[in-house]
Amino acid sequence: MAVHTSQSVAKAAGDDVARGRSRGTGNPPPPSRLRRALSVHWYAWTMVAPVVIVIGVIIGYPLFRGLWLSLTNADERNVARSIGVNEIPATYEFVGVDNYVDALTGGQFLSTLGWTLVWTVSCVGVTFCLGMALANILNRKIAGRSAYRMALILPWAIPGFVSVFAWRFLYNEDRGLLNKLLTGSGFDGIPWLNDPTWAKFSVIAVNVWLGVPFIMVALLGGLQSIPSEQYEAAEMDGATAWQRFRHVTLPGLRPVSTTVILLSTIWTFNMFPVIFLLTRGGPGEATQILVTQAYKFSFEISPRDFAQSSTWGVLILVLLMLFAVVYRRVLRTQGDNW
Amino acid sequence: MRRGITATALVAALALAATACGSDDETGGSKSSGELSGTVTWWDTSNVGSEDKVFKKIAEGFEKKHPKVDVKYVSVPFGEAQNKFKNAAQAGSGAPDVIRSEVAWTPDFANLGYLAPLDGTSALKDEKDFLAQAAASTKYDGKTYAVPQVIDSMGVFYNKKIFKEAGVEPPATIADLKAVSKKIKDKTGKTGLYLRGDDPYYFLSFLYGEGGDLVNAKDKAVTVDSPEGVKAFKVVKDLVDSGTAKTDATDGWENMMQSFKNGDVAMMINGPWAVGDTLTGKEFTDKANLGISTVPAGSAAQGAPQGGHNLAVYAGSKNLDASYAFVEYMTSVESQAQTAGELNLLPTRTSVYSKQEAADSEIVQFFKPVVETAVERPWIPEAGSLFAPLGTEYTKVLTGQTTPEKGAKATGDSYRKLLEGWK
Repeated sequence: MAVHTSQSVAKAAGDDVARGRSRGTGNPPPPSRLRRALSVHWYAWTMVAPVVIVIGVIIGYPLFRGLWLSLTNADERNVARSIGVNEIPATYEFVGVDNYVDALTGGQFLSTLGWTLVWTVSCVGVTFCLGMALANILNRKIAGRSAYRMALILPWAIPGFVSVFAWRFLYNEDRGLLNKLLTGSGFDGIPWLNDPTWAKFSVIAVNVWLGVPFIMVALLGGLQSIPSEQYEAAEMDGATAWQRFRHVTLPGLRPVSTTVILLSTIWTFNMFPVIFLLTRGGPGEATQILVTQAYKFSFEISPRDFAQSSTWGVLILVLLMLFAVVYRRVLRTQGDNW
Repeated sequence: MRRGITATALVAALALAATACGSDDETGGSKSSGELSGTVTWWDTSNVGSEDKVFKKIAEGFEKKHPKVDVKYVSVPFGEAQNKFKNAAQAGSGAPDVIRSEVAWTPDFANLGYLAPLDGTSALKDEKDFLAQAAASTKYDGKTYAVPQVIDSMGVFYNKKIFKEAGVEPPATIADLKAVSKKIKDKTGKTGLYLRGDDPYYFLSFLYGEGGDLVNAKDKAVTVDSPEGVKAFKVVKDLVDSGTAKTDATDGWENMMQSFKNGDVAMMINGPWAVGDTLTGKEFTDKANLGISTVPAGSAAQGAPQGGHNLAVYAGSKNLDASYAFVEYMTSVESQAQTAGELNLLPTRTSVYSKQEAADSEIVQFFKPVVETAVERPWIPEAGSLFAPLGTEYTKVLTGQTTPEKGAKATGDSYRKLLEGWK
């Protein structure tokens, strides 16, 4: 039935357009583009309407509500709530951009942003280099290659919170396996999660461990799509292994690696579970990144500060959008088009 | 044909979303002919593996008295319960009928309107029997919002065997504590004290010992950054730096209990709530090995915080009558005598202390005078909010990320932001 209707509609619409054109002079001016698009494609618009509405509700509503809250002084005590038969109305007020001014002039946002950048750059950098090395190793014919590939994908296959908890046990200062190994071989135990500097190192290490499989698999796919003729030609010209890597492999991987870097930067910037489950941002606030701090404002402190949390959320969104735009522009000037 | 499938899928998806949104309402109980019925959901926050078993048994005993009532016992980890309850209560769905609310949470919940006032209901029975200190935390704005279930304070738990080996006595002052720890280290190689570095509640006795406090509610003044407060930060920092105490910035509870239970440390500062778990440790198969003494005195005073737990009824409960009766039952003389006997928890009713179970428990007898002289915290709605900023700075001081002076000042600054108009 649906098919039947669609055909007749398309035909009718087509006829209309044809007739409109054939007549020409004497008619009122041709309808605007929007109107014509609507009259021609109304069926398509009705078909996508449910999707647009659903996306509008599940993405648009929270987004605009977050934006609105960030311009108010909403907290736990003044938002609307209904407890049984009692309806308590909202009493928060519009405060303009005060929250943004506070966040950007106070030290907390900037210092958290600083560590978030260090965290993102070091995680993505180390993960990418390791993933690249492993992908190159596994691209050769070595004994038990598929077994290695399986083993290296494992961190990706385990649910994130399970592996993070496993790491937390390993890192335990007194009873963790890592320190037992260290003390067993005559070294001092390391305060993995108790010392601010070591804690920073530890969270980065776990995130690298979690992130390597994705990069490795993506780059492995990229490597296999580089034609072997290029390597043969390079060898004929007497290129060394390093030159082959530098001038054949890297350019060949470019389309894959740019996308992979963009994605993993965004993921790492907002990597909530690793920080939250491993250290909860501690010790003190040493490993707190922007998202975990925004969560803390909204759910851990009392009274919960919804306004400040939304402000940080909006700032995170703006930062990531800026990053994506700049990244794209840089790539475009270097000749990539995507 | 393809569009037909899309349309069907869409309808199915929408239907699914609609069902997911529907809340699973509990059947509310009615009180026809005076008999209680329906479901009462209770969120218990007691320690899993030791206390929870006893509380579950007692809670289910309510069903025997009221056969038509179904008690749903839910064990919620203490560290998560405050947030979980706030989430559920604010969303208006999923909150329990009765919650075991820590003393500092109670005024906060009441201030947010989440709790049902209990004055004049069946939940409050023999109100005069409750210890005045315990009842204080249940009052907010002239009304009673909870019924005290247990009361507690803190003391030094010590391993008698290790103490004997090292030839030391329980420390009375901080100076003693350092000397005792050093002797223990020299004689047995073990660390003296485990000090929790991730929970500022364990810092309070040191703060009181130097004559400080978090805030002074009477004068509306923040006192944590006074010279006494700074001194207290210095004391704990020195304990860790000098090797008297070991600490952790994460998993503090677990590490503390394991170290003490396995005999890796000789002492910990803890309260009655830890007794049940401690006695499951291999060092304490002989219960007599566990010694308890008062917290060491600082340079100005000796004091430990008064804590405890109340039972509060969610204002949006669909079964208020049965919930009131359940709260009354859980805080009754019989129930409290049972927890005193089996778990060594301190009753909140004066009359329970004369019962055999309480009289037989050495721990209850030890803590009774401690609780009577314990430092009462200000029961203001912000009482529960004071710990988050303190915890951050406390951990920072212990891990050397900030100085005691700066840590105390940062805590004070965030208190003044929280408590508008305070000095």
